[in-house]
Amino acid sequence: MSDAPHSGVRFRGVIDLDEHKVHDRPTIYVYEAPVRAWHWTNALAITVLAVTGYFIGSPPPALAGEASAHFLFGYIRFIHFAAAYILAVGFLVRIYWGFVGNSHSRQIFYLPVWERTWWAGVVHEALWYLFLRKEPKKYVGHNPLAQTAMFFMFTLFTLFMIITGFALYSEGAGIDSWQAKLFGWVFNLFPNSMTVHTLHHYGMWVIIIFAMLHIYAAIREDIMSRQTMISTMISGERQFRDDRED
Amino acid sequence: MAIETFYDVIRRQGISRRSFVKFCNLTAASLGLGPLAATQMAEALETKPRTPVIWMHGLECTCCSESFIRSAHPLAKDIILSMLSLDYDDTIMAAAGHQAEAILEETKAKYKGQYILAVEGNPPLNEDGMFCIDGGKPFVEKLKWMAEDASAIIAWGACASWGCVQAAKPNPTQATPIDKVIKNKPIIKVPGCPPIAEVMTGVVTYITTFGRLPELDRHGRPKMFYSLRFHDKCNRRPHFDAGQYVEEWDDEGARKGYCLYKMGCKGPTTYNACSTVRWNNGVSFPIQSGHGCIGCSEDGFWDQGSFYDRLTGINAFGVELNADRIGATAAGVAGAAVVVHAAATVVKRLTSKTDA
Ligand code: HEM
Ligand code: HEM
Ligand code: SF4
Repeated sequence: MSDAPHSGVRFRGVIDLDEHKVHDRPTIYVYEAPVRAWHWTNALAITVLAVTGYFIGSPPPALAGEASAHFLFGYIRFIHFAAAYILAVGFLVRIYWGFVGNSHSRQIFYLPVWERTWWAGVVHEALWYLFLRKEPKKYVGHNPLAQTAMFFMFTLFTLFMIITGFALYSEGAGIDSWQAKLFGWVFNLFPNSMTVHTLHHYGMWVIIIFAMLHIYAAIREDIMSRQTMISTMISGERQFRDDRED
Repeated sequence: MAIETFYDVIRRQGISRRSFVKFCNLTAASLGLGPLAATQMAEALETKPRTPVIWMHGLECTCCSESFIRSAHPLAKDIILSMLSLDYDDTIMAAAGHQAEAILEETKAKYKGQYILAVEGNPPLNEDGMFCIDGGKPFVEKLKWMAEDASAIIAWGACASWGCVQAAKPNPTQATPIDKVIKNKPIIKVPGCPPIAEVMTGVVTYITTFGRLPELDRHGRPKMFYSLRFHDKCNRRPHFDAGQYVEEWDDEGARKGYCLYKMGCKGPTTYNACSTVRWNNGVSFPIQSGHGCIGCSEDGFWDQGSFYDRLTGINAFGVELNADRIGATAAGVAGAAVVVHAAATVVKRLTSKTDA
């Protein structure tokens, strides 16, 4: 390890430092505030969308009493649509930030397939996950394997969910609504909107599977990798745990 | 000879002017047009030459005709039928054989570019289209031949509009909707299996009186009847929003008339006028009588799995599994993979520690 222990002298102002070893580690600012704010808002919106969406497909047991006394399914749908707007507006803002933010803010929108080092990274990370490499490489932004998963399972499918979702929404809003004008073309591809419901439903499962793998990988990498993960998505700062060349 | 007007025809049949005006008002109202339109309609029917309508049958079950002749307003039936039967409808006209064939030839020649071609059923294209052969010619040939000189085509029902059950996978006869065969004519789709009688008479009256198609939606359906879903005007809708559903056919909810969503009602994805116009003289419609909508006016309704399931699958999977079963299975596999991977990571870590 190149990061040598220091005495408390270099870290002034730490009250209870005692005899602890202190490491000097390189830190870099990666995820700008809009990216972080978006990530957590988006994660929350998707969680809400998945739960309410599931209930839209399979409603909870019937309530007794007068219809006028309840609005349960109405609320479930309302929450779905409210979260959907948050997701969609957030996604637009995120695309905007992809243009004006730092280079890492663009990572989820494209894959640099023309770069050999990127492909080498995909292979290396895949082998690391197959327990065939002793350790992963270090990356300032997303590692190439994560980026691939994010692009295919998150970015494309979120776009798909927004398009099919607003197309379904337009059915309630009416054929003169802006939703119908912007997204009605979906029904040229699938004239029976039952098919669109089903596809929207499949899309949910793809995103759920992404979230499962993503959260697992984030926790695992936080523990196993040579850099911080989850705190990076909170503070924006990435700390590397070693300073080695490779 | 000047072509007689529609009004001449019905007066000759002994229908009073009073009844005629009533008919115009009723039809204008059912088309959602104002009182002015009733006057326009009356005037058009009195002064304009009658538009001939040829009604052909392809691969179908004749439920469209059955529905049509049961139109609520007794006059509507007489009026429209006189409009049609004077020309050609091979199932209900009096003429037969060569006489019937001659009507087609004559209409084609005499009213070139003016007549309406109403098609019930669709042409099967497999085996070089050698299906539905009468008068020695397969239907697909006759259809193309009559379509050549028609001013517009009405595609009656789910068959002509979408293909319907004869087009269900694997569609052995390759039954094909009209708009996939005739590309160069305006086509109005009036889907449903069958379409509602008043919707059919409304469409015919509109076209024959105004001489043009009504406003159509993106699928070529008349907006006046197909711009809302069944669900949008359903009388059980308050139960839908409240979260009150029939869970089984004989439960408390079924007796109380709760929403049929969980019983596979396709109202939320079906565009039709059932919940407003209703059936059989406005007596009832499926949901009023306690059965969910099966979505019979939608494309592919025959291939959407059970009529009684809310969640349907996509046929391509070849198995009867709905979206949640497939999704949950995939998520289960992913979850199991995560657990195994995490366990392997821990084991690997512990063993490599002891190595060191
Ligand atoms: C990742 C995001 C999303 C997930 C996981 C999700 C999930 C779901 C699910 C599972 C359903 C039930 C489908 C069915 O079987 O009928 C549904 C319905 C629906 N979703 Fe989404 N959805 C998402 C985004 C959106 C968006 C962005 C919109 C846009 C407004 C939207 C609008 C709708 C509508 C209108 C319905 C149909 C509601 C109804 O029929 O009453 N969804 N969603
Ligand atoms: C407790 C739950 C979650 C945790 C701990 C978490 C953690 C993280 C972390 C650490 C990163 C940065 C990864 C890197 O640096 O390579 C990240 C990025 C990302 N996460 Fe999550 N995440 C969570 C939930 C979700 C959910 C539910 C979704 C959506 C389905 C999601 C979508 C994304 C996306 C799209 C990125 C890329 C962000 C960007 O570049 O703009 N996350 N997440
Ligand atoms: S019965 Fe069918 S159409 Fe009526 S509210 Fe329920 S789901 Fe909608």
